Amino acid sequence: MADITKNEIMHIAKLAMLNLTDTEIEGYTKDMQEILAYAEMINNLDTSDIDETIGATKQKNKFRKDEVIEFQTRDNLLQNAPSQAEGMFRIPKVINT
Amino acid sequence: MSKQDYEIVIGLEVHCELSTKTKIFCSCSAEFGGEPNTHCCPICMAMPGTLPVLNEKVVEYAVKAGLATNCKIAQNSKNDRKNYFYPDLPKSYQISQFDIPLCYDGYINIETEEGEKKIRLERIHIEEDAGKLNHDDYGRGSFVDLNRAGVPLIECVSKPDLRSKEEVDSYLRKIKSIFEYIGISDCKMQEGSLRADVNVSVRKKGATEFGTRTEMKNMNSFRNISRLIEYETNRQIEVLEEGGEIIQETRRWDDISGKTFSMRDKEDAEDYRYFPDPDLVAIQLSDEYIEKIRNALPELPESRKKRYLEEYQLIPKAANFVTSSKYYSDMFEEAIKICQNPKTASNLMMSEIARILNEREEEPEQIPFTGRELGELVQLIDKGTISSSISKKVLEELFENPKSAPSKIIEEKGWVQISDEGAIQEVVNKILQANPQSIADYRAGKDRALGFLVGQAMKETKGKANPQLLNKLFIEELKK
Repeated sequence: MADITKNEIMHIAKLAMLNLTDTEIEGYTKDMQEILAYAEMINNLDTSDIDETIGATKQKNKFRKDEVIEFQTRDNLLQNAPSQAEGMFRIPKVINT
Repeated sequence: MSKQDYEIVIGLEVHCELSTKTKIFCSCSAEFGGEPNTHCCPICMAMPGTLPVLNEKVVEYAVKAGLATNCKIAQNSKNDRKNYFYPDLPKSYQISQFDIPLCYDGYINIETEEGEKKIRLERIHIEEDAGKLNHDDYGRGSFVDLNRAGVPLIECVSKPDLRSKEEVDSYLRKIKSIFEYIGISDCKMQEGSLRADVNVSVRKKGATEFGTRTEMKNMNSFRNISRLIEYETNRQIEVLEEGGEIIQETRRWDDISGKTFSMRDKEDAEDYRYFPDPDLVAIQLSDEYIEKIRNALPELPESRKKRYLEEYQLIPKAANFVTSSKYYSDMFEEAIKICQNPKTASNLMMSEIARILNEREEEPEQIPFTGRELGELVQLIDKGTISSSISKKVLEELFENPKSAPSKIIEEKGWVQISDEGAIQEVVNKILQANPQSIADYRAGKDRALGFLVGQAMKETKGKANPQLLNKLFIEELKK
């Protein structure tokens, strides 16, 4: 079994802003251990004749020209916002930096 | 033990907005300002299903920055996600670079009191800027403007090689001037297009291990960075002297009180869980691509400085000053094309223009007039039309009315120098009559009396008398 503790699950949950019950923490700890154990298989593969890969696919250098295209319009962008004011998304007050 | 027993250790992360036309991953305008959310599209607003595509100019500019700071360029690179929650970050991750930055292992040379010092650069990587939160005082909430979200940045990370606030100032000015010279950013600190995270620690002199550091983020004025370093190093030394421990943390700088404050609520924030962004593909740069950029680099400050020393015989102090900013340097070159007098042009910049900027708390890029006006002003001094003391007043006037030509200013203000011998003789006679004691002093061998008399005559003519002529006539009279 891969080594992941309840504390690590709680830490990840906190970073993801999830409130987990004790039962859920137990469950996720067990699930995560199984997932990691499954992924462990990759470490056992022989990769000696494979070049180092960078990125998720074999593609590279998909670039865009530096030319402005204006999106029409702001109203379209904001139309699904739960709350807006003066052309901006309105959110609960955020204090400090 | 006291402050003198400690050494200050500082490393900087400089964030610099690139002056591309568009954002890093979409075709929205990257221009500063604009009505809220008008430089936005579904991509930079992180609408579901959108995909980023990297702006080729961002890669080019970052490679330029790397080459101009003696970095190695990674031929295989990629983008990674940096995960954290904040309302100005619509995707809840910032696309950045983690383990393979585009540029690494560089250095720049800075001027210090002990001479030139090499400051090593760990890396330069590309990333996107966040949006802006607006707050109001009426408790109606906060307001999110995403015009800046997705504007391209490079982050330039130094090694902890800086040892004083003076070195930090010198380093920042050098980085700023290099980025200006190569034209990748306008580096306007007041608009936030150049800002720095400052990492500060102290250790006993002679210690080999670094002390625990604190970090102050998003500093955007030279003056506040100096104040911050002064405050934070003193605070750390005090804590250590009282037997306490420095906590590794991000602290908030408060402009008004001039102090830093702990931000304990963010203790987990540094766990960013980076991973490669699966929406973007690898960046692979060929030797030809890199060499093409290297060959197209414009003249850098070091080289301009050398040219000013050799071709124009500027003193090192003046050459350092003029090349410290591209705006100064360009202004200087434009001015001497007109006046052919590098010495006076550089002197006026170093003494007067710098003084006025300092008083106005402004930077060279905010000088409202051009090298043309400066060149014309120097010409007026050289021709004897105005005295050098009047030239200072003309410069002050130019800051207020940048559109008017110096010749017009002096005409309107009646500042033309008096070089008429008869008129000056009258003034000389008047001053001599009023100051018999000075005449006696001068004749008794006190040369200083002459300076006093000339000063009085200048005051009488409101600085307009030709100083050489004044001197000559006073001496003639006094020797009678």
